[in-house]
Amino acid sequence: MTALFDRDTRSGIGPDPAGRPALQRRAALSRTYRRSEPYRFILPTAVLLFVLMVIPIIMVIGYSVMDNVITNRSPEFVGLANYVAVLGDRIFHTAVGNTLIFTIVSVVAHLVLGLVFALLLNTTLISRAGIAIFRVIYILPWLFTVAIIAVLWRLLLNPNGVVNYLLQSAGAVESGVEWLSSPDLALAAVTFINIWAGYPFFMISMLAGLQGIPRDLYEAATVDGASPWQRFTNVTLPQLTPIIISMTLLDLIWTSQQFALIWMTTGGGPINVTEMLSTFTYKLAFSRYEFAQASTSAVIILLLSMVLAFFYVRHQKARD
Amino acid sequence: MLALDRRRVRALMRIGVVLALLAGAGFAGLPILWMLASSFKSNTEIFEYPPRLLTDSFSFDAYLAILSDPVKVRFFINSYVVSLAVTVLTLIVAILAAYAFSRFDFRFKKPLNMIIVSVQAVPPITLLIPYFGLVVTLGLYNTYPGLILTYMVFTLPYAIIMMTGYFNTLPRELDEAVRVDGAGSMTALWRVLVPISIPGIVSVGVYTFMIAWNEYLFALTLTRTDDMRTVPIGIQLLMGQHSYEWNEMMAMSILGSIPVLILFLFFQKYFIGGLTAGSVKS
Repeated sequence: MTALFDRDTRSGIGPDPAGRPALQRRAALSRTYRRSEPYRFILPTAVLLFVLMVIPIIMVIGYSVMDNVITNRSPEFVGLANYVAVLGDRIFHTAVGNTLIFTIVSVVAHLVLGLVFALLLNTTLISRAGIAIFRVIYILPWLFTVAIIAVLWRLLLNPNGVVNYLLQSAGAVESGVEWLSSPDLALAAVTFINIWAGYPFFMISMLAGLQGIPRDLYEAATVDGASPWQRFTNVTLPQLTPIIISMTLLDLIWTSQQFALIWMTTGGGPINVTEMLSTFTYKLAFSRYEFAQASTSAVIILLLSMVLAFFYVRHQKARD
Repeated sequence: MLALDRRRVRALMRIGVVLALLAGAGFAGLPILWMLASSFKSNTEIFEYPPRLLTDSFSFDAYLAILSDPVKVRFFINSYVVSLAVTVLTLIVAILAAYAFSRFDFRFKKPLNMIIVSVQAVPPITLLIPYFGLVVTLGLYNTYPGLILTYMVFTLPYAIIMMTGYFNTLPRELDEAVRVDGAGSMTALWRVLVPISIPGIVSVGVYTFMIAWNEYLFALTLTRTDDMRTVPIGIQLLMGQHSYEWNEMMAMSILGSIPVLILFLFFQKYFIGGLTAGSVKS
């Protein structure tokens, strides 16, 4: 604010010591104009976010306390009845459990794989050109959209597919396994696909983080007689911790919201073993047309995401 | 003696690292190699036993089948139109906002910035139900503008955060000199700041295009007819109809990934830099 004011006086349109009223008024106007300037730059964003974020969130909360909306022309206020119904729904409980398993296993695996691959790509033992090729290959899964990844893994994991062939040849399984349609295996299979699809984003960030660690930290550790493992635990890991926390929170938010992968591989089945909060909500709305209950479920998901977002924002602020 | 040992240890370590790198490359790359190989097979050979990477009937037939079918070509046109429009609009809006965040101090800067960071966490599924109502009410159901507008809610927050990060790396004196000389902020932004920010704008643009190109949930719900479907939905439609045309699905997957692959390979350096600058250290 003061900086703006300084600039006003410097450019000669600030308060005039001679005190001519017309000029003063124009100066005041100009100052308001200047003061509102940043807001005018933000205006398009603000309008878009208001229309596409604030209004819809108010709408969905409104829907969640009505009896059936959209299909019903004059819905009535029913208070928290939908919340009682959804929170007591058996399938909702299953969906919460599945989402938790899917999310936690995926995020841990993304973290471990991302870190291991980033360390491999950060090696000085082979040539830079070689590393560049490996880096592109390692990023590949991330460059394919989820719809494509889903179709690809349906091909690979087909009972007559190449994965089963390789496992059979190795003697690991006897006959074609129905990875995606067996109630015992489907959740593990979709989790595996999600791990494959999502580790590169972790890896890229970790790699950038690794390359940002000052060399002399390692040199100092070596001089102190630290073993490679000690250098890793005492230099690398502490230096990467802020990135690891950011990425883990972001990944928790994204993975818990995953829809397309589940929808296109198992559709939540067989018998709900891969039902996630997102597919549960989608089916309520667009298969059963229970828009009010779907909104309730959507609000619950929003609240859970906001808890994670709170930690994420707080962490980002602490890093600044 | 010691030197020889050390050299031997180093050689062993190198072998270990190379083996680990190859194993990782197999994990990441073999599924994609299989997708590529399957797109050249005839559909009857997809599940032949034992499976082979290359078969006798190697051909581009699956690609020709896709590219000669106007319905399928339309999926691609739709995806390009929507993704390019989202990219251009997002860039314009984000550059304006990022300029304010980077170059001005104002009262609501911190809360606004926090809102933009946390907006990224709002689940798409939560917005989907009200969007469905809104889009139908506004007559935007099954139209390009309906998709373009709703996609911007995901692309904009990232774009603003990444763009602000980029502007912050450029010295304020550059554009402030122009403003003090009497030119408006708009001139300072578009004539001075934007031209020197091309690398940043490219990385934000590529990332925005990728998000739009890959979007699935809204495209699935907010469009209805085949002539409005995008590539991700089109691939799914190939799966449903009568039989599974696996070779065509794989060909369409490859064709559908080419824009993102090309953008990534060309702009890799900008892209990774911009991405990590924006999302990791915002």
